[in-house]
This record gives sequence, C-alpha cells and structure tokens, in this order.
Amino acid sequence: MEHEFRQSVRRAVNNANLTGALGKFSEAYRVNRLKAYEGLDFEALRSRIAELKSYAASHLDLLAELFKQNAEAKGATVFRTNDPAKVREYILQVARDNGVKTVVKSKSMATEEIHLNPYLEEAGIEVGETDLGEWIIQLAGQTPSHMVMPAIHMTKEEVSDLFSKEVDERLSSDIPQLVKVARGQLRGKFLAADMGISGGNIAVAETGSIVLMTNEGNARLVTSLPKIHIALVGIEKLVANFADIVPILTALPKSATAQLLTSYVSIITGPTPNSDGSLKDMHIILMDNRRSEMASDPKFRQALQCIRCASCLNVCPIFRLVGGHVFGKVYTGGIGTILTAWFDELKKSEDIQGLCIQCGNCKEVCPGKIDIPELIMEIRRRLVQEQGLPLLQKTIYSVVNNRRLFHGMLRAASIAGKPMASGGFIRHLPLFLADLTDGRSLPAIAAEPFRDRFRKIKQPAGLPEKAAFYAGCLIDFAYPEMGVALVKLLNRAGIEVVFPDAQTCCGAPARYNGAYEVAAQNAVDNIEAILGEEVKYVVSACPTCTVALQHEFINTFESLGQTDRLPRARALAEKTVDFSTLVKRLVDEGRLTLKEGQKLGAITYHDSCHLKRTLRVSEQPRELLQKAGYTLTEMFECDNCCGMGGSYSLKLPEISAPILQRKLKHIKETGAPTVAMDCPGCVMQIRGGMDQDGAKVEVRHTVELLAEQVK
Amino acid sequence: MTTMGTEQLFEQFKARAEGVSAEVHRYASESEAVAFVLRFLQDEGAADAPQGYALWAGGPLRDRIDHDVASTVAGLKLAVSRELAADARVGISQVEWGLANTGTLVQDSTAVDQRLVSSLPAIHIAFVPTDSILPDMGALLTKVDPQKMGYITMITGPSRTADIERVLTIGVHGPERLVIVCVDDMEPDGR
Repeated sequence: MEHEFRQSVRRAVNNANLTGALGKFSEAYRVNRLKAYEGLDFEALRSRIAELKSYAASHLDLLAELFKQNAEAKGATVFRTNDPAKVREYILQVARDNGVKTVVKSKSMATEEIHLNPYLEEAGIEVGETDLGEWIIQLAGQTPSHMVMPAIHMTKEEVSDLFSKEVDERLSSDIPQLVKVARGQLRGKFLAADMGISGGNIAVAETGSIVLMTNEGNARLVTSLPKIHIALVGIEKLVANFADIVPILTALPKSATAQLLTSYVSIITGPTPNSDGSLKDMHIILMDNRRSEMASDPKFRQALQCIRCASCLNVCPIFRLVGGHVFGKVYTGGIGTILTAWFDELKKSEDIQGLCIQCGNCKEVCPGKIDIPELIMEIRRRLVQEQGLPLLQKTIYSVVNNRRLFHGMLRAASIAGKPMASGGFIRHLPLFLADLTDGRSLPAIAAEPFRDRFRKIKQPAGLPEKAAFYAGCLIDFAYPEMGVALVKLLNRAGIEVVFPDAQTCCGAPARYNGAYEVAAQNAVDNIEAILGEEVKYVVSACPTCTVALQHEFINTFESLGQTDRLPRARALAEKTVDFSTLVKRLVDEGRLTLKEGQKLGAITYHDSCHLKRTLRVSEQPRELLQKAGYTLTEMFECDNCCGMGGSYSLKLPEISAPILQRKLKHIKETGAPTVAMDCPGCVMQIRGGMDQDGAKVEVRHTVELLAEQVK
Repeated sequence: MTTMGTEQLFEQFKARAEGVSAEVHRYASESEAVAFVLRFLQDEGAADAPQGYALWAGGPLRDRIDHDVASTVAGLKLAVSRELAADARVGISQVEWGLANTGTLVQDSTAVDQRLVSSLPAIHIAFVPTDSILPDMGALLTKVDPQKMGYITMITGPSRTADIERVLTIGVHGPERLVIVCVDDMEPDGR
C-alpha cells in the first residue's frame, strides 16, 4: 500500500469534523431514506431503472445518434467525443467565438472528471461555481469530498473564514447568514455571466431533452440568464424514452438525500428565447471517455446503470470514516472506485479498491441495482492478473494451497503463540495472512483443533440422516467449541455429523485479495473432500464459508472460465446450508426441541454481512434465540459491519478499529449482557474489542447459546 | 376524476408541499384568489422601490384581471424584464399542474419570464388550478410534451441547501418562500 495513501487514510480518520459530519449524516440517512421510499416498491422501481439503463448501456451508439438528431432538430448543437481534451477545446472555442469573459456553472461531475475549471481559467476565463458546496470548495482550492455534498467535510467556521476573505469583512459562522452572503455574492455573477455550463442528470434520446435537478435553484439560473448554455453530459446519462425519466426522477432524490423530489427539476428541449428576444445558443456535449468501452465489458457494463445518487457512499461504513478525499479527486466511494478505475486508469484504483470491506451495504440500496462489491472484486482480480501478487501474499497462498503444510503451521502456531497469549488472546495469527497487526486481542490458536476433538466425540448410533460439517479455519483452529456445539445440536435432531478431514480453507482470503487462482484451487480441494461423503446436508457455522460453498466456488470458476468444474460446484452448493437456517427448520419440523419456559434475560443480535446480505438470513437466529428464552433487544444499526472483513482488519486497522468501536457502542447501549452472532469472524472481532474495552458483555456464537438450551 | 379524488389529491398535495416548507392556500374562485394575493402584497409592504415590488408574469389569470385595477395596487408590476426581475421582491406566476405525491408544481416555462419571476425574487407566489393536481409524475407524462415545451419546470418547495454542515437552510439562489394558491374554479383556458 502506498505510504501517501496510508497517510491520507490516517489524516481522514483523525479529522473529527469530517468523521463527525459524515457519521451524523449517515446515521440519519438510513432512517430518512426508508421514510422517503415509504409506500413505494423499491425493488420494482430499481428493477425498472436497471432495465432501462441497461438497455441504454447496450445501445449507446444508437441513442447518442438519436439524441443528436432530435436535439439538433430543436436547434441545439450537439458535439459527441470520446476525448476529454476535445471537450475542453470545444468549450474554450465556443467561449472565444463569443467573447466570453465569465462563466457560471451548476454542479457537474463530468466537468470535474475532465478538470475543466483550471483549463478555462488558464485561458483567462473566470469560472464561478454556483452550487453552494462547489463554490465553497472552489474558494478553498479543494476538490469535492462527496458527489452530492461536495463540502460535507468542512465546518461552518471554515466556511465563515473563506467567505470573510471573499467579501473582505469579518462574518460570523451563523449558517443562514453565510447562505445569504453566498446568495448575494453569486447573484451578481449570475447576472453578469456570458455563458452557463451545466451537467445533465438525464439525457433523453427520443426527445433530445436534458434533465437537470437541483435544490438551490442554481441550474435554473445557469440555464436561463446567460445567453449561451453548454451542457456536458456523460453518455451513460442517456435513456431511450421520455417516460424513462419518471423512475429516475422518483429514485434519485430519495436515494441521494432522502427527499421526495429535489426543489427544482428542469427539462430542457432545445434552445428557448432569452429575455431580450434572441434565441439561446445551446450546446450539448456527449462525452464518452471510455464509457463505450465499459459498456462492451460483460462485467462492468452494469456500472453504467449508475444514476449518481451517491447512496453507496451514504451507507458505506468506510466512507463515513474517511470521506471522499481519500478516494481521489473526482468520483468517490464504492461506485467512485469503479469509475476511477475506468475513467482514469486501473492503476489509480489500486489503493482505493482495498478500502472496500465487502459488507454489501451499497448493493442493497443501489437504485441502479449495481453489484458494486462484486465489481470491486473484479478490479482486484484484474489488478492481480496485471501486476501479480506481492511476494509475501504469494508465499502465504502457496502455503494455503497446501493443506497439510497450512494446517501444520496452524498447529505449530498454537505452540508458538503461547508465550504471547494472555487470557486466551494472542497477537499473531498467520491464519489471516497478516502483514501487520496492531496489538488488538486476537484469539489463541486452540491447543486441540476441532478436527482432533471431533474424533473423540461419541455420536449416538443409528441416526437416520447424515450431514457433513464444514468447519472453516476459524472454528477448526480457534473456536473448536462452536463445532462441538453444532454436533450436539444436530445429533439431537437425529443427524449424524461427518467431518471430511481433507477440507481446507474456503478460499475467501485469497479471493478477497484478488487471487482467484488460489481460491479456485481451494474450491477444488474442498469439493473433492466434501462430495466424497454421502450426506444430505453440508452445514457450516461460518457465513463467509457458507457463501464460499454456496456461491463463490461457482463464481470463481466462472470468472476463470473453468466451466468443467461447475457441475460439481453446483452439486455442493445445493447441499450447503448455514447452521441457523438448518436448525430453524429442524425446530419447526419438531425434530429438535428447546427447553421450555426459560427466562434467560436480554440479548442483542449482530447481523453478519454475508449472512444477512448474501444468504438473506436474519430472522432465523433471532426466532431461535427467543424461542430458547432470550428477550431480544435490537441494537442501532444491527446489520452494519463489525469491521472484521477477514484480513481487512489487519490491513487497514486504522479503519477497522473505529468501525468496531461504533459496533461496541451500539451493543453496550442496549444494556444486554450478551450479544449473539452467527459468524466466528465477527465473534473474533467483537470479543477482541470487548476484551480491550473491558465491558462485561458476553460475545457468543448462536450455535453455542442454542446448544446450551436443547432438551 | 371524481370530486372525491380531487379532494384527496389536494389534501395529499397540501401535506407534501407543506412538508417541504411551501405555504398552501386554497380559494373557490379566481377573484378570491387574486384578492388574497393583493392582500398579501399589502401585508408584505409591497412598494415600487427596488427589492420592494412584485412582478406578475403573463398567464391566463393575469391576462383576465382588470389591468386598470391592478395598476392602482402599490408595488405590483405586470410587465416582466430581466432587470425588473433581478430587483423584484415577489414573483407571481400561474402554473399548469400540481403533483400530489410530492407536493410539486409543474409549469411550461418556455417563456423565460416565467423562470425569471420564479427564480430571482425572494418570494414566489404560484397559482394552480385545484383540479389540475395530478396523482404523480407518471400521470404528468400524458400531459406534457417536450416537443412543444422547450423548458418544463418542476418546483417542490422553496430553494434549499444543506451544503454547510448538513444544516437545512431555505433560500439560496431561488426564493426563500413559495406561496401556492390553489384555485378551484379556474377557467379552463391556457392549460
């Protein structure tokens, strides 16, 4: 990881203004967004948007041509180019031809993308941003930190200092007063400007219309007062039909700022008369800048379904800690990582793609239905393909791909770790492929791994069904007691448990670092090991492992084109089930009975990312725990990531730690003495955090809690 | 559309528009609505000085009122220009539709005057026929035609920003007050 990048992350997480403002916003956003969508079928709406945007993405050429014809028929001049340099030259030419001295702009990410302002300024043209946030950062000489709220990182005091300098008068930091000052200052610029430059939220091919949305009203002035209007539109903003604007106008403001609609929407079709009777000189630039190339990439085409609402930033547990500047100068957050890799270059995304913890929050809320985490994984894969793995990782993976050596090392670590262990925690865990740790409490490697303990478990004879237990590294080598609990539960339900000895790492660590070849070998080894057994179920108590067995083996083979391996992977996926889903089913069928009338007190439940958002399991463990006699007290943001993310917590501890702190705070606020979860990785993170925190909250896997309450 | 439908649509429109800080009034007739606006101007102390007067952009309702009477109202001007609009305190216009589910006004504002009076002054007063309140944007699609309307405007509440510390502040570049006057018995021309 680049030193500079690391520094920028540290600066960001230590900037209390930034994390305070973003934190507050993101907490309110989750609640308000839901309220804004009340009464609407979000899934249906986003399916419609995904469909129409996907159609547009696969017909960019056609729609761009149609748009040009229709807008030109209405009297606009349309210029289409792939090249950002040509866009800049075109705008400058129009300015020179008309003796333009000053320009007012309403917010446009596309102009940021091509660094238009410095170019025009160098040519002697005065450029004024008019969106309040954009104007603030222009005065500060900065770049936007958020696509929708560009100056969210600044305090009112900082804004007051900037404005004071601008108007040469000491201003207070009263926000309404500051806004009034901005209104006064910018009003003059609007009235004097020779040219207005806007972006475009939507471009309609059928009618040649562009649609602009603002809250402040600046786009109306930019497009109404100056006699020249240039709209710079990325071709991904094209839609086929006029009716297509409705779902986008419906979703965009709700997803962006939880508003039902922005204060102003302008639908402009061709030039209209100016106030002196002359006709507006209207130019629309359709900019490609690699978007067509993106459209022809089978994986990345879906990124063009983005409507630039930035909801992926708003729900991202990382973004709310680091803000936008860490991501670079233009597009930020989850979708920004993807756009940077394309519009800038793949190499530029090398550091920022590593910020994604793969929690899946963004995928849930994306109104364009873009699988952002999956696309970031694909960037990782391509980076590794292009540049190879760092030497240390290469060494580690060669070990992981040799089960005997890998497990031998884990056993050795249980002895080597002892001198440093205190109260069941050690500092080093080769398991997570650490290139560093920062001294947080991590569990000791168990003296006796589950695979050894399993042989000593006496299971009742003659059980009617069989299940293979896929332990995963953490249960096998750190928390064997979770495996023991699972065997007890399944035995009571009449299921014999077998443990295929040749099972090995599920490949998630390699996959999440872009090493798909390594993950594929792990998949092959596991498929052979598990399908060798004649069983009805394959059960795991680790959601990350379950996701690997159910989804990722298949996906990895597909990504690598290893189609011959797909049938066996699918056969395994069909049998695989997570522990809570299976146990809930067994209880419902009356095959497993929990003790009755127990009063076990309050408990709170933490949803693990993979369980909730990939496996779609959240009610089952809650119902089971309540049935066992616990009283459920929900914590705030119960399904937000705990900051573990496999090796993430070791690679970016400065980000992982504050995410964990937030989780601990929310757990403690419930007052429940126990927090349950279904993932041994989350147990490791949260138990380690509670250990350091000193709070008396028990951190348990649901499987253990249930095994205690089974009849 | 049944009368009941109109009532429900109006109620939803009013609630949603007020939810975004618009002021909503309703009058049975054009004359009552106009009287309200004239009273409003008086209460606001409208005067002919810069930053004191109101500017009423062309539209069916304005064209029907008695211009002789209007010329006696202090601080009301019926001719619009860019210069006048820049110094007006109140802008008055008539819009074609309302959208109930978002509290939105929709106007064909191809004529720049319509945009000037609704974007430059501090207060925007908008007349809308009560029975032109549509359920939502989907219903609007059958009414508007971008081929015939070069500039369609939707207005939902006054101008707003939250760009400084996420604090909602009303009135940045556009009006800080949006006063909506629904008129039940608006004559059907010009819609």
